[in-house]
Amino acid sequence: MTAEPHDVQTGAHGGGDRHVLRFDRYHRLLHVLLMLSFLGLAGTGLPLLFSDTDWAHVVARFWGGFVVAGVLHRTFAVILITVFTLHLWRVLHRLFVEKDLSILWGPASMVPQPRDILELLQHFRWFFGVGPRPRFDHFTYWEKFDYWAVFWGMGIIGGSGLLLWFPVFFAKILPGWMFNVAMLVHGEEALLAVGFIFTIHFFNGHLRPDKFPMDPVIFTGRVSEAEFRHERPDEYERMARAGRFEAQLTTPPSPELVRTGRIIGTTAVTVGLLLVGLILYAVFA
Amino acid sequence: MVMASYARVVGRTGLAASFLLIALAAPSSAQPAASLSNDDCFGCHADPGLTRADGRSVTVDRAKFEASIHGGLECVNCHVDLADTTELPHPEKLAKVDCSMCHGDVVARYQQSIHAHARADNPDSLAATCTDCHGTHDILPSSDPASRTYHLNLPQTCERCHGNPDIIKRGHIQIGNVATLYNDSIHGQALTRSGLLVAPNCADCHGGHDIKRASNPESKVYRANVPATCGHCHEGVLREFEESVHGTALAAGNPTAPACPDCHTAHNIQRAETVAWRLDVIKECGTCHVESIRTYRDTFHGQVTALGFTRVATCADCHNSHRIFKPSDPRSSVAPVNVVSTCQRCHAGANANFVKYDPHADKENHTRNPFLYYTARFMKTLLIFVFGFFGLHTGLWFAGEVRERRRRRNGSA
Repeated sequence: MTAEPHDVQTGAHGGGDRHVLRFDRYHRLLHVLLMLSFLGLAGTGLPLLFSDTDWAHVVARFWGGFVVAGVLHRTFAVILITVFTLHLWRVLHRLFVEKDLSILWGPASMVPQPRDILELLQHFRWFFGVGPRPRFDHFTYWEKFDYWAVFWGMGIIGGSGLLLWFPVFFAKILPGWMFNVAMLVHGEEALLAVGFIFTIHFFNGHLRPDKFPMDPVIFTGRVSEAEFRHERPDEYERMARAGRFEAQLTTPPSPELVRTGRIIGTTAVTVGLLLVGLILYAVFA
Repeated sequence: MVMASYARVVGRTGLAASFLLIALAAPSSAQPAASLSNDDCFGCHADPGLTRADGRSVTVDRAKFEASIHGGLECVNCHVDLADTTELPHPEKLAKVDCSMCHGDVVARYQQSIHAHARADNPDSLAATCTDCHGTHDILPSSDPASRTYHLNLPQTCERCHGNPDIIKRGHIQIGNVATLYNDSIHGQALTRSGLLVAPNCADCHGGHDIKRASNPESKVYRANVPATCGHCHEGVLREFEESVHGTALAAGNPTAPACPDCHTAHNIQRAETVAWRLDVIKECGTCHVESIRTYRDTFHGQVTALGFTRVATCADCHNSHRIFKPSDPRSSVAPVNVVSTCQRCHAGANANFVKYDPHADKENHTRNPFLYYTARFMKTLLIFVFGFFGLHTGLWFAGEVRERRRRRNGSA
C-alpha cells in the first residue's frame, strides 16, 4: 500500500484507503508545467545573475552557450506565461461563467482573511508548545502566501522579462530607465522566488518531519482521510456536517501515479536544492 | 644576376680600398706592407682540426668567409694586431676586433644601447655585442635571406639570448618569456608562419643597434613614444588615437593615460576579433575605469561577457576602440547626438526613449539612478523581510514537529 497515511493519530479511524480529492487534473497539470518551467527558468537564468562565478560558466556551457540558454529561457517563459494565463482564465471562468463567488471569500478562497492572521498566531503558539495546532481549513495562511507570492512574482518577473525581451518595442512607450529597473527587479525577484520556493515552499510542502521526504498530493491529487483530518480538521468537519464528505471521496492513487509523482518531486527538490546551494556558494564564498 | 655580382665585387673592392686609405693615413701603420695575405692565414685556419691549446677550434670556413659581406677584405684588416706579423704561428691571444674602425656610427649608436650599458655596468655581462647578432666570419648583409639579421630571421637571433632561460636569469631580463609571447602574437605569427615582410620583428619596435630600456625617454618603446612606433605601420590607428581622449592625455604627459600596449599588451598582441581578446580587453579597460566596469557587470551586457560570450556589447562596441572621446565631446560615439545611432548598431529601431537606458546604472547612486536606487532598496527590504520571517517560521515549525513526534512516540511507548 503506497498511499499509507502519514505518521498521525489514526487509531480510531483505520480507513487508510479512503481518499479525498484535493487537486483535480487541471491543477495538477498546471503545477507540473509550473514546476518544469520554473526550474528551467531558474537553471537558464541564474548563470547570468551569478556570471562571475565558476559554476555559472559550467551551467551556461551545459545548456550549450548563452544563445541556447537564452532561447530555452524564453521558451520556459512562454510555458509559464501560458500556465498563468490558463489559471487566470479558470479563475475568471469560475467567477463570471459559473458565478462561483466562493473563490472571493470564505474557506474556498485564496483571499487572505482574518482567520489567517489568527491561525498564524496560533501556529506560532503551537511552535512554542503553548497551544494546540490550529484547525486549518482548505487553504492555510502559508499556502495563500505561496500563491500570492507566485502571483506577484509572475507579474513582476514576467512583466520585466517581457520588457527586456522586447526593449525596442517597449521603448516606444516607456522611458529608458524602466529597463534598468526591469533588469534589477527581474533578477532580485527571481532570487526571491527561487530562494523561497526551493527552501520555504519545499520545507512547508515536503521536507518538514510530517511530510518528509515529500507529499505527493500535488501529483496524485488525493489525500488520505486520516491525513486530511489531521491537516485540515475544520474543513473535514465542515464537510462532514454538510454531509458532503462522502461525495468528495475518491479512489486511492494508483501506485504508478504515486511513483511518478515521487520521481518528479524528488528530482525537482534535488535540482532546486542544488541551485540554492550554488546561490549560497556564490553569495557567501 | 651578373649586374648584382658585379656591384658586390665593386662594393667590396671599394670597401677594401677605404681600408687601405685608413691604413696609410694612420702613422702607426706607415710601415712597408709586408703583412700576411689571406692565403697565409688560411694556410693554417682552413684546417678543420686546428685548435687552441685549450682545445677550442679556430678553424675558419674559407668559403663562408669569402661569401660573406667581408669576403673581399684581408683578414688583417680586422685582426689589425697581426698586420705586421711575419712569424707564424702567431700568438694565440689576439686583440678584440674593433668593428668601429669601419662602422663607427653604428658602434656609436650601439654604445648608447641597453646592451652596451649592461656590459659597461658589469664586465661579466652576457649582453649582446656585434658578433652575437651578426656573427663573425660569415656575416651576410641583412638583405640576404640567410643572414641572422634578415627581417624574417631576426626574432630567432634575438631569441638565442632572450629565449635562453640561463641568460635571462643571469642578465636579470625582465620579460623572460618574451620569445613565447611574441611568437604567439599576431605579429609573430604573421612573421614566422605567414612570412610577411610587413610584419614587425623585434627591431621594428625596439630599434636595432640603439635598443634602449622602455623607461628611457629616448627609447622607441618609451610610453610617450610608443604610439609613434606602432603608428609607423598602423598609421590610420595612430591618427585616430592621437585625437582621442587617451591620445591627447598621453601627449600631455598624463602618466595614467594608456599607450597602445596598455590595452594590446606589448608582445602578446592578438587579433582584435578573437573572443578571448574581446573579453580580456574589458578587464583591461576596467583596470583604470573601475567604476565603469563595476556598473557594466550589473547589466545584461556585462553579465553575458562575464560568462564568456561576446554576442553583446563590450566597452569598444559603444565607446569605440581608438576614437574614444568624453561623452561631452560631440565626436564621441556616446555623445547625446550620437548615442541613438550607436545603440542602433545592435538594437535596430532604438529610439530616444531606448537610449535613456543607463548602461552603467548604479543601484547605489540615488542622484544618478533614483528609480533604480529606490527599487533596489525596496527589493532588498522585501528579501530580508521574506527570508527573515519565513526562515524563523520554518525553523520554529521544524522544532515544533520534532517535539510533537517525540512526544507521540513517548506517549505510545
